[in-house]
Amino acid sequence: MPIVSMTVNGLSASAEVEGRTLLVQYLREHLKLTGTHEGCDTSQCGCCTVHLDGKGVKSCTVLAAACSGATVTTIEGLAQGDQLHPMQEAFREHHGLQCGFCTPGMIMSAVDMVNRMGNDLDARTVREQLEGNLCRCTGYHNIVKAIQAGAAAMKGR
Amino acid sequence: MYDFAYSRPASLDDVAAALSAHGDFKLLAGGMSLIPTLKLRLARYAGLVDLSGIVGLNGIKRDGDAMVIGAMTPHSVVAASAEVANTLPALASLAGGIGDPLVRNRGTIGGSIAYADPAADYPAGVLGLGATVLTSRRRIAADDFFTGLFETALRADEIITAVSFPVPRAAAYAKLPQQASRFALVGVFVAQTAGGVRVAVTGAGPAVFRWRQAEAALERRFEPAALDGMALEADGLNSDIHASAEYRVHCAGVMARRAVRAAASGAPSH
Repeated sequence: MPIVSMTVNGLSASAEVEGRTLLVQYLREHLKLTGTHEGCDTSQCGCCTVHLDGKGVKSCTVLAAACSGATVTTIEGLAQGDQLHPMQEAFREHHGLQCGFCTPGMIMSAVDMVNRMGNDLDARTVREQLEGNLCRCTGYHNIVKAIQAGAAAMKGR
Repeated sequence: MYDFAYSRPASLDDVAAALSAHGDFKLLAGGMSLIPTLKLRLARYAGLVDLSGIVGLNGIKRDGDAMVIGAMTPHSVVAASAEVANTLPALASLAGGIGDPLVRNRGTIGGSIAYADPAADYPAGVLGLGATVLTSRRRIAADDFFTGLFETALRADEIITAVSFPVPRAAAYAKLPQQASRFALVGVFVAQTAGGVRVAVTGAGPAVFRWRQAEAALERRFEPAALDGMALEADGLNSDIHASAEYRVHCAGVMARRAVRAAASGAPSH
């Protein structure tokens, strides 16, 4: 079985995994980082979104073995101690969640969106760019508001 | 998903050797189609050979009159490339419309065309522009590359290294996305190339194909009205829960007209 070594949220991690082990399984079951959620397991819902070498990906459709040597950031890696990341703070402030299941993926996808498209995002752009993340509570309205506010708050970081 | 042996060689020779030694090994690029297929147990391989460890398969460069895109270049990179936007905006737009942003960060052009999903977008761009597929063994013209449902001209141990797109005079891609998957229910790529007008249709048949009748009409007059009264034959086209063959025939006509209008109104692409 392949041995994977990667940096997750700033810490190095290493384990022997099966070839078929998915990144989301590795994060949740080996590293016990259960903030990354597994929703549809078919790369549609985006609940499992993490950053792989700085880019948002659906960790249910990435092999853990393929991430050897990579840098991974999960929802647990965004806050600095008790200080929430501006995007997390914006979701709290604007009530960008209902049941909360999709929230980790929404936030990781939102930060990726800001990294790709900048801090000044109009609502239409946010809705288009959020195509890969589904909220089954259909609470998109506040999610969009939260992402716009979080994007602005990330300016200069 | 059944388990498999995983390897990530550092050279094309090692990849080819692994494929030659094991007939039941498969190449892994971005995995956006292959991994879901394995999860659903629609396919099973004894091993996956990951191409992500090979330097030089990722990137975009201008080579004379052609734009050469490395096989492992993700869709998001093609979509965001200033060079592609300037010389081949239709291809940048096509890449930016595949799946969703997270899928585009991972999926690759080489993986897409090797997989040859009948509803994928890239095959329409490759065939519509008359591109050349560069492999570890040879150069394959787009017209010879897509041979059937999930079938290509690639041999078992042959590896796509890049795709070379001749820069067209004008081009555009229009697709009607299937609402859940964003795959093309029907997508039409239209290009005015040095060799004439090319029209490639994806999503409608078992594999991407050229609409020769439309090409001939647009060669005479490159405007949407040139396609008036013209339709594909429904016989042999896809008919499934998403759309009947007749509906796809209709949509192909609409998408072709939209693509012609966009291509004709666009600034010269170089």
